[in-house]
Amino acid sequence: MPEASKHGTLPFAITLDPGSSLANKTGSWRTEVPAYVDRLPPCNDACPAGENIQQWLHHAEESGYEAAWRQIMADNPFPAVMGRICYRPCETACNRAILDEPVGINSVERFLGDEAIKQGWAVSVDAPASGKHVLVVGAGPSGLSAAYHLRLLGHEVTVRDSCPEAGGMMRYGIPAYRLPRDVVDAEIQRIADLGVRFELNTTVADLRAELDAFDAVFLAVGAHVGRRADIPAGDSARILDAVSVLAQVEQGDQPLLGRRVAVYGGGNTAMDVARTARRLGATDAVVVYRRTRDRMPAHDIEVTEALEEGVRMRWLSTITYADAGRITIEKMKLDETGFPVPTGEFEDLEADSVVLALGQLSDLALVEGLDDVTITDHVVQVGAHLMTGHPGLFAGGDMVPSERTATVAIGHGKKAARNIDAWLRGTTDQRPPRHDLATYERLNTWYYSDAPATVRPRLDLARRVSTFDEVVGGLDASTALFEARRCMSCGNCLECDNCFSVCPDNAIIKLGGGKYEIDLDFCKGCGLCAAECPSGVIEMCPERL
Amino acid sequence: MERVRFYQIGSYAAGNRLLDGELQTVQSDTHRTNSLNSGHRACQGCGEALGARYALDAVMRATGNQMVAVNATGCLEVFSTPYPETAWQVPWLHSLFGNAPAVATGVAAALKAKGRTDVRVVGQGGDGGTVDIGLACLSGMFERNDDVLYICYDNGGYMNTGVQRSGATPHGAATTTTPAVGPQPGNDFGKGKNLPAIAMAHRIPYVATATVADLRDLEYKATRAMKFHGARYLHVLVPCPLGWRTASNETVKIARLATETGIFPVFEAEDGEVVAVSKIRRRLPVADYLQPQGRFAHLFGATPREDVIAKIQAEADRNVRVFGLTDPEVPVHGVVS
Repeated sequence: MPEASKHGTLPFAITLDPGSSLANKTGSWRTEVPAYVDRLPPCNDACPAGENIQQWLHHAEESGYEAAWRQIMADNPFPAVMGRICYRPCETACNRAILDEPVGINSVERFLGDEAIKQGWAVSVDAPASGKHVLVVGAGPSGLSAAYHLRLLGHEVTVRDSCPEAGGMMRYGIPAYRLPRDVVDAEIQRIADLGVRFELNTTVADLRAELDAFDAVFLAVGAHVGRRADIPAGDSARILDAVSVLAQVEQGDQPLLGRRVAVYGGGNTAMDVARTARRLGATDAVVVYRRTRDRMPAHDIEVTEALEEGVRMRWLSTITYADAGRITIEKMKLDETGFPVPTGEFEDLEADSVVLALGQLSDLALVEGLDDVTITDHVVQVGAHLMTGHPGLFAGGDMVPSERTATVAIGHGKKAARNIDAWLRGTTDQRPPRHDLATYERLNTWYYSDAPATVRPRLDLARRVSTFDEVVGGLDASTALFEARRCMSCGNCLECDNCFSVCPDNAIIKLGGGKYEIDLDFCKGCGLCAAECPSGVIEMCPERL
Repeated sequence: MERVRFYQIGSYAAGNRLLDGELQTVQSDTHRTNSLNSGHRACQGCGEALGARYALDAVMRATGNQMVAVNATGCLEVFSTPYPETAWQVPWLHSLFGNAPAVATGVAAALKAKGRTDVRVVGQGGDGGTVDIGLACLSGMFERNDDVLYICYDNGGYMNTGVQRSGATPHGAATTTTPAVGPQPGNDFGKGKNLPAIAMAHRIPYVATATVADLRDLEYKATRAMKFHGARYLHVLVPCPLGWRTASNETVKIARLATETGIFPVFEAEDGEVVAVSKIRRRLPVADYLQPQGRFAHLFGATPREDVIAKIQAEADRNVRVFGLTDPEVPVHGVVS
């Protein structure tokens, strides 16, 4: 007669109730324990504006374009502008470049920026009014970025600029074929709509008075004075500076460049002015630069596009003399250290005008009366919080020591806004420490299929040299989605369920919404979840005893 | 809008938050059966425990949870069911080492007699119980074309009894019965059995191979097998950290290397003919597969055995040639039609 048990009658020869293996807590075998971590994606690490690129691509991958755009706007009020003119340090840093080609982050950003303009998405001020009023001097990318962030933090903001329109170098420096003005207008209008006051055609003369009138001042006057070179020249030589030429074109004046234009310098401004000269009818635009192409400060894409448009390059050359219709150049060679030295060989070149693109300086007359503001090497010195030596006076953008790009300037604007906000509230701006970098070695790239970058359509060459139409086209919704989905989500969970699947012990609990948990009762610490995580977000740590 | 492919995580990862539930793997579903539950006593990183859960969970989904599993003796039985505990969450029987296919035949016959044609039968075991000890029963099951899916989890040896050689141990591998000594160290070349080929020779409706490195492929094959009636055979490569002397976190990687080097061809066959193969994505030399494994350590080191490695490479080359593992013309499957 079988014995009775709690499960009823046991079968023949069976004396124990069947039990579950769950009684066997295999977690006790473990010497290492997996932990979910966040790592800093290299794109985010590289972004001078501090965008959370991985996160907005994550939204874009789900066609959550508005959410993606709002994520950009948390750090940068110029997605459509940046999607055109940023030099994309993010793409240089992108881990995908090691696998095939970097994700076209910039093109997706532009798509989101354009979509926002098309759909009329807007931001609003949700912070309570602080009662403080901040003056921003300069309506360039840095000043506008600061104004935007200060306004979102609840402060009153007035922006003054001596130009008739806001935008700074985004309007008066970067040619329209790279950055259409309706895009600039739309993104600045959004800042004005937040209640930022613009006082244009207004030059700040007495900074002391303004420091008394406002609770804090942010200086972002940029660098728009062309650096001159002392070139021996005949009386009728026509020598101009690049910044003025570009600004004149923007204001509708036709600078008299002639048919043959020599541009002196090797930076992005040199490319801009050479390409502009071509569009203004110059049959011959030649860039004269004293070193070689690989040493040019201009970004490679700018040089390539200039060459495509028929701009000629004279590398290893300096201009030694300029006269009417003619310049003399001296050939250079690089010494062992890469420094250009003259060779004594001269050559004449036909040129109706010479445009100097040798860098820009800031007009710092504004701060000259302030003893506690230090100027070194033509730039204003600031501390880690972007404050000058004068309490309440902050500065950023091209007028402080930095790499001079719009993206860096936008980053300065955000950083200054946070620090001004903290200063006004009597605190200091505290940022959490940065996570460890999500390096390529931490990824398991097997799980990503190969997908080369989407190429943006380019404007037909014939139209490029005759008009100021935008050269680089945008992505459409499906190509933007494709591009966003190439993101490998380095260092951030992409919800692929690999950890949940690959655990031989069912010791990963899938909570949903991208959250997982380790079941420490049963995890044996084999490390398969960490090894098979595509984006490297699981780390094995020694088990604590 | 045209359909955008999921380049981010491709079709290689278990899940994808951008995909509908239907297109997700069984394993990414929180409602998966978990046929083999937590608390089993398999080693850390056990490929067999992983492969068995992958396969049976897929069969459970394919049959609407109407499945009985019959298990041969071996690791899978020993680590899952030390009396009176069990980790199985499916109807599960164990009898002897060599008779699992015969028991499965009996279960199928009994279900048929009872009119329960909705319940499907799976027989399963390791390579020892399948390739060696149970081969006669399995061959009989194939010949009678009994309505059973038999799954062999191949870890290339008798691991649970102390890593002895089986008929599925690869050439050149060291086991405790084929030690790495003498002029021909490790398992002899020219011996052993290719069970998928033997199964195909029976002209049964469906034969397939898979590995724990390609979850989608394994689930596809377990699911597809249930669309057939009669005898079916699924051979799953499951690396064994203990016997292969690999790190516990390398189980999936080693299985992936087995396919990417051509050592283990992944294919499916119907009525004795190959109908599809899984392409090698990035072909690698066999040394990449051999070197991380302690059971092949004697081929490397101070005096590498280039001659033996060359023979193993020749076997991989043969697989690539015979199965067309790099030929773009052969159809590549991916989804259950």
